[in-house]
Amino acid sequence: MVPSRAIGFLLPLALSCTALLAGCDMVVLRPSGYVAQQQGQLVVISTLLMLLIIVPVIVLTLVFAWHYRASNTKATYTPDWDHSIQLELIIWAGPLLIILALGALTWIGTHTLDPYRALTRIDSPRPLSIEAEPLKIEVVALDWKWLFIYPDHGIAVVNELAIPVDIPVHFTITASSVMNSFYIPALAGQIYAMPGMATTLHAVINKHGEYEGFSANYSGAGFNGMRFKLLGVSAGEFDSWLQKARASKDELTREGYLELEKPSERVPVRRYGTVAIDLFDLVVNRCVDSRAVCVRHMMMGGHAEPARTVARAPGREADALNLIADAAVCRADGSLATALASPVYRD
Amino acid sequence: MSENTGFAKLIFGRLTWEAIPLHEPILLATFIAVAVGGAAVLGLITYFRWWGTLWRDWVTSIDHKRLGIMYVVLGLVMLLRGFADAVMMRAQQAISFGDSMGYLPPHHYDQIFTAHGVIMIFFVAMPLVVGLMNFVVPLQIGARDVAFPFLNNFSFWMTASGAGLVMMSLFVGEFARTGWLAYPPLSGIIASPDVGVDYYIWGLQIAGVGTLLTGVNFIVTIVKMRAPGMDVMKMPIFTWTALCTNVLIVAAFPVLTAVLALLSLDRYVGTNFFTNDLGGNPMMYVNLIWIWGHPEVYILVLPAFGVFSEVVSTYCGKRLFGYASMVYATVVITILSYLVWLHHFFTMGSGASVNSFFGITTMIISIPTGAKIFNWLFTMYRGRIRYEPPMLWTIGFMVTFVIGGMTGVLTAVPPADFVLHNSLFLVAHFHNVIIGGVLFGLMAGITFWFPKAFGYRLDPFWGKCSFWFWLIGFYFAFMPLYALGLMGVTRRLSHFDDRALQIWFQVAAFGAFLIALGIACFLIQLVVSFMRREQLRDTTGDPWNGRTLEWSTSSPPPAYNFAFTPIVHDSDAWWDMKLRGHARPQSGFIPIHMPKNTPAGVILALLSAVCGFGLIWHMWPLAAGSFALLVVGTIVHTFNYDREYYLPADEVLRVEDARTRGLAAHG
Repeated sequence: MVPSRAIGFLLPLALSCTALLAGCDMVVLRPSGYVAQQQGQLVVISTLLMLLIIVPVIVLTLVFAWHYRASNTKATYTPDWDHSIQLELIIWAGPLLIILALGALTWIGTHTLDPYRALTRIDSPRPLSIEAEPLKIEVVALDWKWLFIYPDHGIAVVNELAIPVDIPVHFTITASSVMNSFYIPALAGQIYAMPGMATTLHAVINKHGEYEGFSANYSGAGFNGMRFKLLGVSAGEFDSWLQKARASKDELTREGYLELEKPSERVPVRRYGTVAIDLFDLVVNRCVDSRAVCVRHMMMGGHAEPARTVARAPGREADALNLIADAAVCRADGSLATALASPVYRD
Repeated sequence: MSENTGFAKLIFGRLTWEAIPLHEPILLATFIAVAVGGAAVLGLITYFRWWGTLWRDWVTSIDHKRLGIMYVVLGLVMLLRGFADAVMMRAQQAISFGDSMGYLPPHHYDQIFTAHGVIMIFFVAMPLVVGLMNFVVPLQIGARDVAFPFLNNFSFWMTASGAGLVMMSLFVGEFARTGWLAYPPLSGIIASPDVGVDYYIWGLQIAGVGTLLTGVNFIVTIVKMRAPGMDVMKMPIFTWTALCTNVLIVAAFPVLTAVLALLSLDRYVGTNFFTNDLGGNPMMYVNLIWIWGHPEVYILVLPAFGVFSEVVSTYCGKRLFGYASMVYATVVITILSYLVWLHHFFTMGSGASVNSFFGITTMIISIPTGAKIFNWLFTMYRGRIRYEPPMLWTIGFMVTFVIGGMTGVLTAVPPADFVLHNSLFLVAHFHNVIIGGVLFGLMAGITFWFPKAFGYRLDPFWGKCSFWFWLIGFYFAFMPLYALGLMGVTRRLSHFDDRALQIWFQVAAFGAFLIALGIACFLIQLVVSFMRREQLRDTTGDPWNGRTLEWSTSSPPPAYNFAFTPIVHDSDAWWDMKLRGHARPQSGFIPIHMPKNTPAGVILALLSAVCGFGLIWHMWPLAAGSFALLVVGTIVHTFNYDREYYLPADEVLRVEDARTRGLAAHG
């Protein structure tokens, strides 16, 4: 019998594939952060759901292909049979049912795993207390390295990122010149880093370790080397990591940023003890160079406010965050227009 | 970098001797090989005195059948180039680990993956699809040619000119290093100041004119020129898919033209549509290019679906199961293909509702596609399946394509896409549907209709070898990429640090080697079939016991296709005619109104290519001059009223008598 022969052939194949796959590091399916973990589960659940229909189709194809071969003259042959209401109903309804289930899963999954949405749990057993403030990290994709600014700690690091285990993190992400994608497979799904715009990612790492991060969107000659390490560390280790940066004599001034921004490849880790005020905000508004007019001041509509001076009232330091909040508002309404990635120059 | 000055700059723009890549050994060797090969071909043409027939019967031909063949030849030649790029990438990724940087620096590697994508989509898949439509559609609907035969010739030469420009970038200057869709700001003048992106823009713009006009031509042909009795629900499925594809072309390609025009304005005159500054928005480009790009996927795959429908009913000796639902499925896919573009960039950061909307519309497409698969399946059910190579390609497609469809729906779930986007999993997915769907369909179609075009069948042994190498090679080449994607490996990398990944890339490279054998078998098949053409001769015009009208004429068909326009009573018109004992008319012929060949198409297209070359290299006098000639030439051609002639009834009688004798001789 051929079906059994086919199974005899396919089964070992499937098993050996599984064994092979189990032998390697499928970080997407076995990540170390709660967000990526849920995304990985969604990959598995969706696949299983679709296999409900894919497997029968493949099996039927092979069975029919064999059984109705021309040399098998015992098989029934009905050359004019071309219609059956019952079968038509099944072949449209079968996929429809699967897609209904998957569509519901998609709607729910997309909303609960919206990268803009603050986390409500640290991992599946542990809810997050309301007061827990996420750690804020500002990410700038440069040609061709990553700049991580810790605004609450006043430090910045190139090509190395540290976050304490089980602490929610709020990334805001932009780029200096061309588009990149900020992706740490072990932590959470990726999101684009786009010049003149800020995107958001909420995530948490649940295990100690050193993880790979990189740009997942080709960005030119130095793209290969646009990699960094994510350190998942304890609270104590995190403090000493911050301390190491604070101890650095390097200062990330606006001029320093303009120097750093110039194309370079495979840059070693570099730490900055201080960071210019609102640097991330200036990057998003494309006016780190003090001669440039900030995007937010170019906009039509009469919102123009006087150009800000470099020294600013302490109370206004939260501006960069307001900007991000604006971004969240303008995309949270879900209108089609926002699909066109509104740059966040609303003020 | 030396630069032209003064008069030289006016004439030659940015073109200097440095643009000729004499310092790159790979390119130099390629150039020498191409030059030697080209000289050999030219020599052969001269030796056999083929120049006259080449010019009269092919280059200037407005016969849809010859144009169809030329499109397929163009597609196959470009397939060799695109595949050479693929092999170079596979080789680089198989060796470039740790300290070894491989043999391709990023500067070269980045051009290769860009060229591979551009060539495979625009200059392999498109010409092959358009070539099959060109050859088959008029025959299937019982027409003598397309609605606008001259336009058809012009479209072909525009496509060929675009391909020529892209090929030229190999040896004069360089190609884009941006990825096949050339997203700004990377493709903008700041990040890509050299000629690569300009080659990309003008190559696609010129070819795009050809494609758009093909779309117009075929919509009119199918809507207006069907044989009497062939109402729309009696059209063969391949014609239905061709109609939907051409509707997609006409609606989608202007978007591509517009978005590339805006990009060229940014690059040439300093506008800010897609720049980072002064209000430009690069994501607008990404949206627009995918509003073209997603329908493009269906432009390619729908005709392939049409081929499978014809093949499966022919070789199963059975009416297609669920004709009506096949038609509705095709139309639904056509419409839905416009509502899904955003799934190519869920990671842009749009809201959850927007992402869900586009995710779910994408999934909905799998319902009509699934219905199609079941229709083919139930056509096989209770059939009598003859395993000629086209049927093998179809079975290979059905098994392979559903896997690609599944991974496609998977990446349509936005949170899943966040972890799979731009990974090798995605690369595996779209090769799974484009090779498993489009390419298998084109191979099936070429093998299926080859005897109609040339009068002899393709040798089945080498066809089967080609199929099995392609099928197995595909699985070896792309299953490892799925696994690598799940390991978090992203695309477009030319070097890796993690040596544990190397084995997967080596397996993939082995797969590419198997596919190379598949391509070699196909080429051998062409040669062997030509040598054995007398044994493989099709004297009946109907070698497969076909079902649609193209099988009612001789192989190859006469220039006028049908001496009398057939009258249609059934969707399987020729099958129906055979059942009712149709007798071929042998007398009473009348003169046939035919279009005349013209060199206008090739001249205008060459002028376009020259204009494009001038624009790429900033040779303004050349660009302006060739553009002026182009306009003048077009106007002059409109005054050419000597465009048609009547084929005398005696000549028709002579041709038809010859066929009668041939049929009688072979019983």
